[in-house]
Amino acid sequence: MQNEVVNPIQGIGRKVINSVQRLGRGSLFLMNTILAFPSLLKEFSLLMKQLFSVGVLSMQIIIVSGLTVGMVLGLQGYNTLVDFGAEDSLGQMVALSLVREMGPVLTALLFAGRAGSALTAEIGLMKVTEQLPAMQMMAVDPFKKVVAPRFVAGLISMPLLAAMFSAVGVVGGYIVGVGLLGVDGGAFWSQMSSKVDLYEDILNGVVKSIVFGWVAVWIAVYEGYDATPTIDGVSRATTRTVVHTAFAVLGLDFILTALMFGGA
Amino acid sequence: MSDKAKMELAVGTFVVLGLAALLMLSLKVSNLGNFTGGDNYNISASFENIGGLKVRAPVMMAGVRIGEVKEIGLSMKTFEATVTMSISSKYSSLPKDSSASIFTSGLLGEQYIAMDPGGDEDVLTNGDYVVLAQSAMVLEQVLGQFLFSKAAGDE
Repeated sequence: MQNEVVNPIQGIGRKVINSVQRLGRGSLFLMNTILAFPSLLKEFSLLMKQLFSVGVLSMQIIIVSGLTVGMVLGLQGYNTLVDFGAEDSLGQMVALSLVREMGPVLTALLFAGRAGSALTAEIGLMKVTEQLPAMQMMAVDPFKKVVAPRFVAGLISMPLLAAMFSAVGVVGGYIVGVGLLGVDGGAFWSQMSSKVDLYEDILNGVVKSIVFGWVAVWIAVYEGYDATPTIDGVSRATTRTVVHTAFAVLGLDFILTALMFGGA
Repeated sequence: MSDKAKMELAVGTFVVLGLAALLMLSLKVSNLGNFTGGDNYNISASFENIGGLKVRAPVMMAGVRIGEVKEIGLSMKTFEATVTMSISSKYSSLPKDSSASIFTSGLLGEQYIAMDPGGDEDVLTNGDYVVLAQSAMVLEQVLGQFLFSKAAGDE
C-alpha cells in the first residue's frame, strides 16, 4: 500500500483522511477511558501501582531538573537585573517564570520522556504479545484493567510533579541568588510574595499543569493502544508519544498563556 | 515490610511531597501569607489624584509593609479618589494625625502609599479617616510644569 504510486492530490487526501480517523479513534478511546474511571474505585491497588511507576519514579528527574533550572534562572536573572540595580527582584523573577511557565511546561516535557514513553511501550508490548485481545476473550475490559489506571495516575501525578518542580526551582534560585551572589534574603522572599498572586499566578500554573497532564497521558496511552503490533510499530509509537506531546504541550501553552495572561 | 507496603509508603510520600510543594508555593511564594489572614482594620483617605495606584498596592511606614490598599472609589461630591486601606492589627497604634502620601518605588516602579506618623496621642481605629493626604506625583504634570516655567522664563 505505502509504496504504491499515488498522485499528489490523492496523497494529500489520504493523509487528511488518516489524521481525521486517528483523531476520531482517539476521541472514542478517551470516552471509553473516562467511562472506565468509576471501576477504579473498586480496584484501588491498580491505581496505586501505576502511581508508583508514573509518579514516584518520575520524582527524581523532576526534582533534579527543577533545582538546576531554578539555579540557572537565578544566575542569569541576576546578571541581567544587577545592571539596573534591581537584583532584589530576583525572587519575583525566578518564582514567576517557574510558576507560570517553566514548571508546567518542562514538567510536561520531562513527564512525556520519563513516564509517557514508558506507558506507550508497555501498552504497545501488551498488544504485540496479544495480552489485550486475551483479556477481551476472558471478558476482562482492558480499559478498566490497563488503560484507566495509567490514565488517572498520570492525571494525579502531573500537577503534583509540576508543583514540586516549581517549589524546588524557587529553592534553587534562592541558593544561587542569596547563597552565592549575595542578594538580600529578606528582599528575595518579600519581593516574591508581594508580586506573585495566588489566583493569577499559582492557580493558573496548576490549571496549566492539569491540562498538560491530561494531554500528555492521553497521547501516551492512546499511542500505545493504537500502535501497530510489531516491534517496529511499538518503537515508532514511543517516538511519536514524545514528539506529539512536545508539540501539543508547547502549542497549548501558547493558547493558555494568551488566555490567562494575554489580555488586560 | 512487604513490597506492597513499601510501594504504598512511596506513593504516600510522593503525594504528601507534592501537596507540600503546592502549600509552599501558595503560602511562601504567593501573597496569600501576607495579609489575607489575621486581623485587619480599615482606614481611608482622599486624594486629588492617585496616579497609577492599584488595589492590593502596599501601604508602608518607614519602608515596612503594614497593610495594603483594599478599595479605590471616586467621591461624586468632591471628585476626589477615596482609598480604603486595610492595615494589619499588629500596627494598631498609628497616631491619629498621621499623613498618607502616594509614592513611587524607584523611578519607574509601582506606586504605594507611605504613611508618616504624626504626634497625636490618639490612634487611628477601624473606619477612621486620614485627613492629611498627598497626591501622587504624575510625571506628565511635573514635566508640564517644568516646560511651562521654562517657557515663561524665556520671555
